[in-house]
Amino acid sequence: MSEAVSALKGASFDGIVTVEEMGLQGMITLRGDLASPEMKKAVKDATGLNVPEQGHIAGEGGNWVAWMSPDELLLIVAYESVSDTEASLRDALSKVHHLAVNVSDTRAMFRLSGNGALVREAIAKLCPVDMRTEAFAPGQFRRSRMAQVPAAIWMPDESSVQVVCFRSVAEYAFNLLKGAAAPGSEVSLFS
Amino acid sequence: MSTRLANGGRLLNKGRALDFTFNGKRFKGVEGDTLASALLANDQMMVGRSFKYHRPRGIVASGGEEPNALVGLGEDAKFEPNQRVTTTELFDGLTCTSQNHWPSLEFDIGAVNSKLARFLPAGFYYKTFMFPRPFWKHIYEPFIRQSAGLGKAPRDRDQDSYEHFYAFFDVVVIGGGVAGLQAAKAAGQAGAKVLLMEQTPHWGGRAPVDGGTIDGQPVDNFVDQIVSDLETMENVTLRTRMMGSGVYDHGYVLGYERVSDHQPGAKSPRHRLWRIRAGQIVTATGAIERPISFAGNDVPGVMLASAVRDYAVNYGVSVGDRTVVVTNNDDAYRTAITLKKLGLDVPVIVDARAGGGGALAGEAAALGIRVENGKGIARVKGGKRVEGVEICTQAGEGAALELIKCDAVAMSGGWSPVVHLWSHCGGKLLWDDENAMFRPDGDKAPTGADGKRFVIPAGSADGYLDLATVLENADVAGKAAAEATGYVPGKAEAPVATPETAAPIEAVWMMPQGASIKLRMKAWLDYQNDVKVSDVQLAAREGYESVEHAKRYTTLGMATDQGKLSNINGLAILSDSLSQPIPQTGTTTFRPPYTPISLASIAGEARNETFQPLRKTPMHAWHEENGAYWEPVGAWRRPYCYQKPGETIEEALHREITQTRDSLGMLDASTLGKIIVKGPDAGKFMDMLYTNMMSTLKPGRCRYGLMCNENGFLMDDGVVARLDEDTFLCHTTTGGAENIHGHMEEWLQTEWWDWKVYTANVTEQYAQIGVVGLKSRKVLEKLTDDDIGGDALSFMGWKEITLTGGIPARVFRISFAGELSFELAVPASRGRELWDKLIEAGAEFNVTPYGTEAMHIMRAEKGFIMIGDETDGTVIPQDLGMQWAISKKKEDYLGKRAQERSHMTDPTRWKLVGLETLDGSTLPDGAYATADGTNANGQRNVQGRVTSTYHSPTLGRGIAMGLVLNGPDRMGDVLDFPKVDGTVIKAKIVEPIFYDKDGEKQNV
Amino acid sequence: MLILTCPCCGVTAEETEFHGGGEAHIKRFGPGSSDEDFHGYLFEKVNPKGVHFERWRHANGCGKWFHAARCTVTLEVFGTYSAQTTEPPQDIKDKISAKRPGWSWREFA
Repeated sequence: MSEAVSALKGASFDGIVTVEEMGLQGMITLRGDLASPEMKKAVKDATGLNVPEQGHIAGEGGNWVAWMSPDELLLIVAYESVSDTEASLRDALSKVHHLAVNVSDTRAMFRLSGNGALVREAIAKLCPVDMRTEAFAPGQFRRSRMAQVPAAIWMPDESSVQVVCFRSVAEYAFNLLKGAAAPGSEVSLFS
Repeated sequence: MSTRLANGGRLLNKGRALDFTFNGKRFKGVEGDTLASALLANDQMMVGRSFKYHRPRGIVASGGEEPNALVGLGEDAKFEPNQRVTTTELFDGLTCTSQNHWPSLEFDIGAVNSKLARFLPAGFYYKTFMFPRPFWKHIYEPFIRQSAGLGKAPRDRDQDSYEHFYAFFDVVVIGGGVAGLQAAKAAGQAGAKVLLMEQTPHWGGRAPVDGGTIDGQPVDNFVDQIVSDLETMENVTLRTRMMGSGVYDHGYVLGYERVSDHQPGAKSPRHRLWRIRAGQIVTATGAIERPISFAGNDVPGVMLASAVRDYAVNYGVSVGDRTVVVTNNDDAYRTAITLKKLGLDVPVIVDARAGGGGALAGEAAALGIRVENGKGIARVKGGKRVEGVEICTQAGEGAALELIKCDAVAMSGGWSPVVHLWSHCGGKLLWDDENAMFRPDGDKAPTGADGKRFVIPAGSADGYLDLATVLENADVAGKAAAEATGYVPGKAEAPVATPETAAPIEAVWMMPQGASIKLRMKAWLDYQNDVKVSDVQLAAREGYESVEHAKRYTTLGMATDQGKLSNINGLAILSDSLSQPIPQTGTTTFRPPYTPISLASIAGEARNETFQPLRKTPMHAWHEENGAYWEPVGAWRRPYCYQKPGETIEEALHREITQTRDSLGMLDASTLGKIIVKGPDAGKFMDMLYTNMMSTLKPGRCRYGLMCNENGFLMDDGVVARLDEDTFLCHTTTGGAENIHGHMEEWLQTEWWDWKVYTANVTEQYAQIGVVGLKSRKVLEKLTDDDIGGDALSFMGWKEITLTGGIPARVFRISFAGELSFELAVPASRGRELWDKLIEAGAEFNVTPYGTEAMHIMRAEKGFIMIGDETDGTVIPQDLGMQWAISKKKEDYLGKRAQERSHMTDPTRWKLVGLETLDGSTLPDGAYATADGTNANGQRNVQGRVTSTYHSPTLGRGIAMGLVLNGPDRMGDVLDFPKVDGTVIKAKIVEPIFYDKDGEKQNV
Repeated sequence: MLILTCPCCGVTAEETEFHGGGEAHIKRFGPGSSDEDFHGYLFEKVNPKGVHFERWRHANGCGKWFHAARCTVTLEVFGTYSAQTTEPPQDIKDKISAKRPGWSWREFA
C-alpha cells in the first residue's frame, strides 16, 4: 500500500477564486528531437496526444503534453501510471538519443478556478505575463516566474489556470496564490 | 481667517460630515474634502514646522507638489509619517499629528534655529562640523542626529496588505485632466487598448476650476460627457487614485494605485503597484504653478494662486477674507476674479509686469479690483499667519510704498510643465523663453526596444497652457500614440475651446528685482529644506556652479517633494548669479517616483511568509517537531542540530556525533543536488566537467569528483554514480544544484552544441537519507530483503533495492562521516514515510538524527574538504592536496589550461594542512597565522589561515584545517594564531586527517 | 527594465525572466594555447558604447541560451538569435548596418 504524499496533501483555499494543490501527478521530462517521427510516435503511443507546437500544451483532464523548450516536453499522466508511460517511451525511443526521466515528485501542481477574469487577475499579480484573453488562451503554455520562483502556467479552460512549480517551494507558492486570491483584492481589469 | 464658505465646493458632498483630529483637536470636515481643505476649513493655517529653522509653515499647494503640509497619519500599526495633507482624502475618524517640533507645534524650542539663521547658511554643516575631528563622533553627530529626520518611523508592524499587478496596454495615458481624457479618447477611438490613470479621485484636472468653454459648453459638462464616452469604450480602462510613478526602459511604467487609503478597514489591499508594459505612453501630467521669491513667502497664508482658487471652487473654502494676489502672469487674475465673485475681498493685485495683464486683467478691473502694475511684494508681515504685505516697486530694492492689511497672499510665478515622467527615461527638455518654462523637446524623446520614441507629452505637460491649444495638442498626442502601436486614428476632430488672449508672462525670479540681502535671506525657494535665495547665491559665489553641485551644497530640491516648487526658481537664481542663460545651467535629473510611494507597495507580496521562498524537504515537518535549530543553506532550511529539551547546542552536537560514531545516525541529505547526464557523448562531457576521469566509471559504481571553472578554481564537488552505459547521476553541493545544472547546460548549449547529451535536474525527485554508523547495515536489513552485504554492495557501489512497504530506493555505499554508511534515495513523496520507518527500526540502536554541523565536524575529523570552507573561489584542487582527483591522462577539462598558468603552479601557494592546537582549544574561524616582519602597509605578515575549525567530540579537542605557506613540508611546525583579544593560540601543523586514517570504519 | 524576445521559445518577456551572460562569440582556448590567447579568452572582454553582442539565458523560461545584438547607449535591441553560432547572422548585421552605418564590433562589421 503506497503512502506517497504530495507536498501539501491537497490543501485548498477559497478567496476570489479557489486555489487547490492538486495532489500527486505523474510527470515525465522527455528530451529529444521533437520533430522526429520516432518522438512523435512515442508521445502519441504513450499519451495518445500529439507533440504540441512551440509554447503550447496538448491534452485535457489529467493527461497533458507541454512544450517546455525546443528539445523538451513535460508529460503529465496519472501518478500510478508513470512507470508504464516511462517504459513505453523507453521502448519506443531505444534507437534514438533522448532522455526520459520521472519527475513526478519534483513538482507541485495547483489549480485556480472560478471566475475566469479573476483567475487571470490572480496570476497577473504574481507572474510578469500578459494575461489578457487576446494574449493568453487555453492551449498556450507559458514558463515564467511566479514572484521569486520559476513556474509554468496554462489554462485547461476559460475558468481555470494550472500552475506547476518545484515541490520544495510548494508552501511558498500556495501562500503566494492565497494572497493573490485574497477576498476583496479584485483588480477588475479583465472583468 | 480661513473658513468654509456657505456656497461652492464642487467636489463636496456636504450632506455627510466627517470627524477627524489634528494634534488631538477634534475637527469636522465633509465627504469629498482632502485633509488639506478640511484643515483650512477649520482655520488651521499652521500645519507644521520647517526642517532646518523650524519656522511655522502652512499649506502652500493643493496637490502632490505640496512641500510643507506633511503629517503623521494614523496610529500604531496604521501610523505613517510624512503624508501630504493635500493628497490625503478625508475619512471619518482620521487622526493626524504635525511634525518637526518639540514640545508643540505652537511653541517649538527648535525655532531658535530661525533666529540663528544668519549663522546657519548653506554649507554650514560641512564647514562647521569638520574640525576638530574627535568632536564629530561625540558632539556633532549626536546633536545632528537629534535634530535631523522628518517625521517619525512607525514602531508597529504594518497590518495592511499590498500587491503588484502586471498589465499590458497599447497606450497608457498618465493624467486624467482634459488633455489626458482627450488623448485617451483619440487613442481609444483608433482601437488601441488604452489605460488612463489619474492620481486624484476626480476627472478633469484643474480645467473645471479655471473655467472656459469647450464645444460651447462649460468644462464640467465636457468632462462628464467625455468620461461617460470613455466608460462605454471596451478597449479603454479608466483608473482614478492611480499615479504614474515612473517611466522606465522599453515602455515600462509603474502605476501606484491607492486602492483603499480613503476607506481604511476595507478588505482590499491598501496599495497596488501596477507594473505595466506600454507600447506608447502619453504624459498628460499637467503643469505646476511656481511660487515667487519674496521675503516672508513662507508665512502660513501665503499660497499658490491656483491653490487658493482650488480650495474655493472645489472645496468651498476661503483661505482668507482679504487676499492679496501677486503675479507675473495673467493666470493669477482668475483667482482674484473667483474670490471677488464669491464675495471675498481682494484688496489688490500686485502685478510685477510694468505693462500689466491681458483680457483677464480687464475683467478684474471691471469687478472693481485694484491692480498695481510694475509692483512687487517687499515683505510679508506676520509670523504664524499673514497679517499684511508691504508693496514696493518691482524694479527697486524693496523700499515699502504701502502696507496692505490682508490675511492671505495668492502668488503665481508662472507655470512649469510636469516633465518628470517625460524625463525619467531620457526625454530631453528645451527652454521656452517666451513662456519662461522648460518643456519637452519633441525631437529628443525616450526611445524603446525598437529604437523609436515611446513617450508623447500632451497638453500643459507639453507646454500648452491655454485650453484651446491643450485640447488640440492632446488629440494629436492620442492619435500619434495609437498610430505608433499599429492603429489607424479616426477622423474625429479635437473639441474646440474658446481661445483667450493673454498678455505674456514676464520672468520674475525675485521680488523686488534688487532685493537687499536682508530680504533675500527671508525669501524662500525650497520650503521643506529651508533653502533661501541667499543660499543659492552663496553656493554660486563659493564655486558650486554646476546645478547638481549647487543642489547638494544647498539641499535645494532634495526634500521629499523633490523640488517640485523650488527647482526652476532655484536654477534661475543660480543662472542669474552666474550671469548665464537658464538653459546653460540646465536642470537636475528627474528621477522616479514622481511623488513618494509606500515601501510596502514596492515589496508587494514579498512580506511575512512570502518574503522569500523557503525550500523545504519532505522531512521538514519532522525536523520542526523534533527541535531542529535551523541553518539557512541557499534557500533551503536544514537542521543545524536537533536540540532536546534543556540541551545546549554544544551538548546536542556532542550527542549526535558520539551516537552516530558509536551506533547509528541519520541525516536528511535531500537538499544535495542531483543531476542526470545522459547520451552517447555523456562520458566525454563528464570528463570535461570533472577534473577526474569519469568516463571509465563502471555502471553500479560511484566516484567522488571535483568540478572547476575555466579559471581553474574549484566550484563544486560530489559523488557521481553511473546508472548505465549512457547515464550518469551527478550529486552536487546543496547550494550548487541549480548553478551546476546551469553550468552544464551553458557548455552544452553554447560550446559543445553538437554533443549528444541531455541533462535534467532531478534534485527534488528524491528524498535522500544518510544512514550512518556501525549499525547502519543492521537497520537497513530490517527494512529490505535485498542483499546489501559488503560483497553485494561494496564501498563506493550503488544498487536498486526495495524497502518495506514497496518503497523503491537507490542505495549508495558512500561515506562523508568516515563510518559505514548508506545513502538512500527514494521518491520525495515517500521520504517522510521512510524517515519514520528508519526512526522506528533504528530505535533499538538508539538512532540519532543529526544536523549539518555534526556532518561538518565528522567530515573535518576525516579531513574531507567542504566547498565554501576550504574553497573561496580562489582555491584550486592542487592547493588542497587533491592531485589524486585530477586526471593526468585527459587532454582537456574545464580549468585545466588555467591550472597551468604561472601563478597557479607557484610553489608558494598556500596548501591544505591539519592544525592541532597545543592547548586543545578551538581556533577561531578564519584566524590568520602570523609570520615575521610587516608588509608595506605596516601590517603583520601572514603565512596561512584557518578554513575549518571545530571542537571534535570524538577526539575531545579542537581540530582545524587551514591553508599554510609550504604547509605540507612543515609537519610539526608550530604557528601563532592571534585572536581578536590579543592573545595567541599556538597550533601544530599535522596531516589533515584526524580520525580513522586508514578508512577501516567505512569499509566494513 | 529591458524586454527581450527569446528566439528559442518565441516568448517576449521582461528582463526578470532572463539572466545576462556577458559578451557573445568568445572563442574558447584550452590546453596547448598560448598564455596570451588564454588570457584574452578569459579576461579581455569588450564593453563598447554602442553596438554590442551579448549572451542571455531565458532562465525563468525555456532555460535556453541565446544571443542579443543591442545598443548599450539607447538600449535598442537589434535582434536576438541562436547561441549555436560563432558569428552574428547576416540578417542581424544588415539590421544594424541600416541603423548604425559604419558600426564594427571585434572582427565583425
